[in-house]
Amino acid sequence: MSARLVPAARDAAGRRPDVPLRITVDGEPVAGVAGQTIAGVLLASGRRTWRSGPSGAPRGVFCGIGACFDCLVTVNGVRDVRACRRRARDGDTVATQSRGEDAR
Amino acid sequence: MSRLVVVVGAGPAGLGAAAGALRAGADVTLVDASEHPGGQYHRMLPGAFAAAHPGRLHHGWRGFERLRDHVLRHPRCDWWPESTVWSLERPGEGAPVVHVLRGEADAAGRERLVLRPDALVLAPGAHDRVLPFPGWELPGVYTAGAAQALAKGERLVVGDPVLIAGSGPFLLPVAASLIEAGATVLEVLEANPAATAARGWGRRPWELAPDAGKAGELAGYALLLARHRVPYRTGRAVIEARGDGRVEEAVTARLRPDWSVVPGTERTVPVDALCVSHGFSPQLELPVAAGCALTRTPGGAFTEVDADQRTTAPGVYAAGEITGIGGAPAARTEGLLAGWIAGGGDPRAREAAALSRRRDRARAFAARLAAAHPIGAAWPGWLREETVVCRCEETTYGSLRRAAGDQASGSARAVKLGTRAGLGPCQARVCGPTVAELLSGRVPGANPHHRPIAQPIRLGELASPPTENTPKPDRKESAR
Repeated sequence: MSARLVPAARDAAGRRPDVPLRITVDGEPVAGVAGQTIAGVLLASGRRTWRSGPSGAPRGVFCGIGACFDCLVTVNGVRDVRACRRRARDGDTVATQSRGEDAR
Repeated sequence: MSRLVVVVGAGPAGLGAAAGALRAGADVTLVDASEHPGGQYHRMLPGAFAAAHPGRLHHGWRGFERLRDHVLRHPRCDWWPESTVWSLERPGEGAPVVHVLRGEADAAGRERLVLRPDALVLAPGAHDRVLPFPGWELPGVYTAGAAQALAKGERLVVGDPVLIAGSGPFLLPVAASLIEAGATVLEVLEANPAATAARGWGRRPWELAPDAGKAGELAGYALLLARHRVPYRTGRAVIEARGDGRVEEAVTARLRPDWSVVPGTERTVPVDALCVSHGFSPQLELPVAAGCALTRTPGGAFTEVDADQRTTAPGVYAAGEITGIGGAPAARTEGLLAGWIAGGGDPRAREAAALSRRRDRARAFAARLAAAHPIGAAWPGWLREETVVCRCEETTYGSLRRAAGDQASGSARAVKLGTRAGLGPCQARVCGPTVAELLSGRVPGANPHHRPIAQPIRLGELASPPTENTPKPDRKESAR
């Protein structure tokens, strides 16, 4: 099994029924839930990697709180956005990045 | 006009500091990068989830809600969410000038604001420290904090089944969060042997009584693990992660007290996710930018403070994990004291004395934790030549060793420039303490926490003129 969202109906926190949203990742539609970060949407959709290091090695989330910069993505044309810190919005256009193109 | 105290960070320490400064009669601007207060400890669910029972995921939620509501609703408090301090400017005298970007995380065109406080309280907190091991850069290997943040902050389980490893009491609440969210936790591995942990925890047990809150919290997690038959093993660590493009299995091994691997004790465990933490790294870029002196301890560098939480920089106070890893109750108490003094409160006032005593007890408890969960000196034994140490630049252990042994390198700075370790996007937040440790005794040290730009700012934002934020203490009162 991979990463998953706790089902709203079984969430001890008493979350309301999920409000769906849709983003695209490199042109492909991906379903998410309002309130998720972009990292959360990607992980829950079964993706684990969306960036590559200098050698081309795959990367995804590591620290989850904005310290490691492993999860950088381009959001609506803006590069180097930490996916773990950015709340997903319906209609966001996400593009994956590689370290070679990251801003220095 | 009354005194303006700017508090950076709205976790337990920052909320405490805001409350302390408000109590002393100051105006407060509370700044945090998140949308909600609470920090990592009381990470709140997104508003869009409209959760009816958020407190069920947290320890001490009611106390947090009380403190949060008191601070955020206070007429003299200005709450700035989604606000990042990217630079501190040191004027000739007085507290630093605080440069803030306000807007969605890493967005372009955030609003630039400038605050000129009479006193500044820094409470930025800490992030996980993870020692490198072969394969730690594989996707599916997370910091324990990431697993915790995603489970508590947006109800996402990072994988299933999960193995949790490293050192320190934090592994327990992370296991509890994952179990609560429905994941199978295979085992929790504490690298230190039971004897080391018992020496830290067991010495002078009467000292624990005033901290029954924290000890009770930990005991609760231990019970939950037992109920779910999750083994908690001491003296065992993950020394390698393996997999094709993602983690598929973890190699664990028994460790000696100095964390050297006992040969022949390796076990291979299939995992979907691996969560690791070997302690915490304080976020020291702001104290360093403010000119605060650091103290070096066996557990790493921290911001030096006096009995009143004053740093060595004029007008700058520090509270919480940047002064030493002590957990939420210690952080809150330090914050209350720092805020009270920063706000102009009398250090000899009775409540300040009571706070100092509580702070000292919390610190003593933290010292015991540090003694129970040290990092063993022999950990580099599990590294190989090709093991990545700096994740951003993929600098390997072998290339760092060669650079350090090379006479021409001469300094930590030269090693960094030669190997690029610590020069990538994270600016050594992850590998800094590790590189410093691996190079210590070989090349003269450099400060791994020096970042002239504390958080990324875009060129367009830098080019736009900032707005001076003059305090308007009557704003909320007139609005009511």
